[in-house]
Amino acid sequence: MSDTLPWRARLLSGEYASRREASLARFYLGWLALRRSPAAMAGLLIVGLLILTAILAPWIAPYHPDVQALDRALQPPSAAHWFGTDEFGRDVFSRIVWGARVTLYIVLLVAALAAPVGLLVGCVAGYLGGWVEVVLMRLTDIALAFPRLVLALAFTAALGPGLEHAVIAIALTGWPPYARIARAETLTLRRSDFIAAIRLLGGSSSRIVLKHIVPLCLPSLLVRATLDMAGVILIAAGLGFLGLGAQPPTAEWGAMLSSGRDYLLSAWWAATFPGLAIFIVSMGFNLLGDGLRDVLDPKHA
Amino acid sequence: MTRALARQAGILAATFLGLFFVTFAIGRLMPLDPVLAVTGPDISDEIYQQVRAEMGLDDPIIVQFFRYTWQVARLDFGTSIVTRETVAADILRVFPATLELATAGTLIGMLIGVPAGIAAAVWRGGVVDAVVRVLTLVGYSAPVFWKGLMLLLVFYVWLGWVEGPGRIDVVWEGMVEPVTGIIILDAAMAGEWEMVQNAFGHLILPAVSLGYGAAAYIGRMTRSFMLDQMRQEYVTAARAKGLSELRIVVRHVLPNCAVQLITAVALTYGLLLEGAVLTETVFAWPGLGQYMTRAMFNADMNAVLGGTFVIGAVFVALNLAADTLYRVLDPRAG
Repeated sequence: MSDTLPWRARLLSGEYASRREASLARFYLGWLALRRSPAAMAGLLIVGLLILTAILAPWIAPYHPDVQALDRALQPPSAAHWFGTDEFGRDVFSRIVWGARVTLYIVLLVAALAAPVGLLVGCVAGYLGGWVEVVLMRLTDIALAFPRLVLALAFTAALGPGLEHAVIAIALTGWPPYARIARAETLTLRRSDFIAAIRLLGGSSSRIVLKHIVPLCLPSLLVRATLDMAGVILIAAGLGFLGLGAQPPTAEWGAMLSSGRDYLLSAWWAATFPGLAIFIVSMGFNLLGDGLRDVLDPKHA
Repeated sequence: MTRALARQAGILAATFLGLFFVTFAIGRLMPLDPVLAVTGPDISDEIYQQVRAEMGLDDPIIVQFFRYTWQVARLDFGTSIVTRETVAADILRVFPATLELATAGTLIGMLIGVPAGIAAAVWRGGVVDAVVRVLTLVGYSAPVFWKGLMLLLVFYVWLGWVEGPGRIDVVWEGMVEPVTGIIILDAAMAGEWEMVQNAFGHLILPAVSLGYGAAAYIGRMTRSFMLDQMRQEYVTAARAKGLSELRIVVRHVLPNCAVQLITAVALTYGLLLEGAVLTETVFAWPGLGQYMTRAMFNADMNAVLGGTFVIGAVFVALNLAADTLYRVLDPRAG
């Protein structure tokens, strides 16, 4: 095997020609470990499918997600409409496919907003120590003790319903776990020799934090973010379900579930399938997150 | 110990101050002009300024914040524009229903989660562990409102085994004078057993949809607490002494997990109060969640913030109580 695939042998040899090759090898070893876990691979498959569906939505969906056809309202699942139609005659399957975009958009935006804030708070607190650390971590603990869904709900109620407001509300309550992890990682790095060496070379605090500590925190943060996404999807769907998230006619799974609820007696499919989509995607992130944690942080396994 | 308690009290005070600040800030975020909300749009500039001054909106923000804190600390959340009653009175009326639901959910979560977690830990890697793992994963991945709807669909619509949405059938409405506000208890105290049965039939589905999530969380925690303990040397020693596996688990491992388990259950209770907001919407359960949702659609910010504060306060208190309990009861905690 290794004759036909010399790159593989090189990555597994333990001796690397360059920095890039070393980090590539780490990824490769991580991938091999991840591949041994069927649960993690199932999670990866689900998350991958979500991303593909979101990108290819116009080509996958057989119907337009928003065009109404009242003569075809509330039809049960059939060959023409796999998941049936909703009260406006829209194809539920097509709307779920387009809804993947909304879900992915929420998840990515929340991660992009909450993770950097938490990362910075945690790294600064951990690296500087002293009263800065006390104040920042106390704030983090306070924020961590708040009920997330209810606060997001109140924020969205105050800002007005809408997808962007829901994302901001979720992100506002989402940064503390990242701060906790980033601080814990920074504390273990702070006293290490290579940090001392950089300081002796004249590296400033901001340089050390941004260029050396932050990158080393990223793997644990990635695990946290993946697991967090499962919860974010549920909260976002909850806000959508209450009518505070994406507004009609946007195909958002929580909102679809909410409007399908009114027809539960006559058309079970309108509420069942969007819920199933939320459930499967949330489960995918949970599985992938658990798997990544086992690979990157074996002591918690 | 005294020092530890003083420290916890300090944290409690700081956290509550944070909660005051957050609800205050949310109230100020509103794009609506609070003065115009009171007076209506057609007023002269003079009256506008006068009302604004009367409402205290001219004062420095810090003064406004402390005035707000002082009001909320006395449970004065203002008046609801929907019910025209004080928000405090409204919350007192609807909160027992939410407590009933969250308590029932937590009980179900404990009764299922703890044994399941123990079984999964004892037979680690076996069939039981795998089954528990899958059920747990479903429990915390599926949205609670969807679980509720599916249960409603299967057990109420299709099978007709249980009662539908609401807390009680209309016939029983107002039959018993509310004492605790928790219908099952009130009816039981009045000796109305048929009514107890009816209320139970209504409670079971929302309680199960909340309780499943709770069982998943508690089960996962129980399993990991148990595994932590079973790795300890005292377990090896007990095995070497020839104690039966049952005795080791019941007499040695479980007591060592007890404090952590209580902590996990307390946290679950807080999470269920939150989850009740969504579940109540599904089951038309007349609790705090439904009250807040209705308030949201009527831009009744006093009611929304009052409800947020109450749930937040209970949540924070439970969190800290669990933490304090852990520190006080478990000598290993620093």
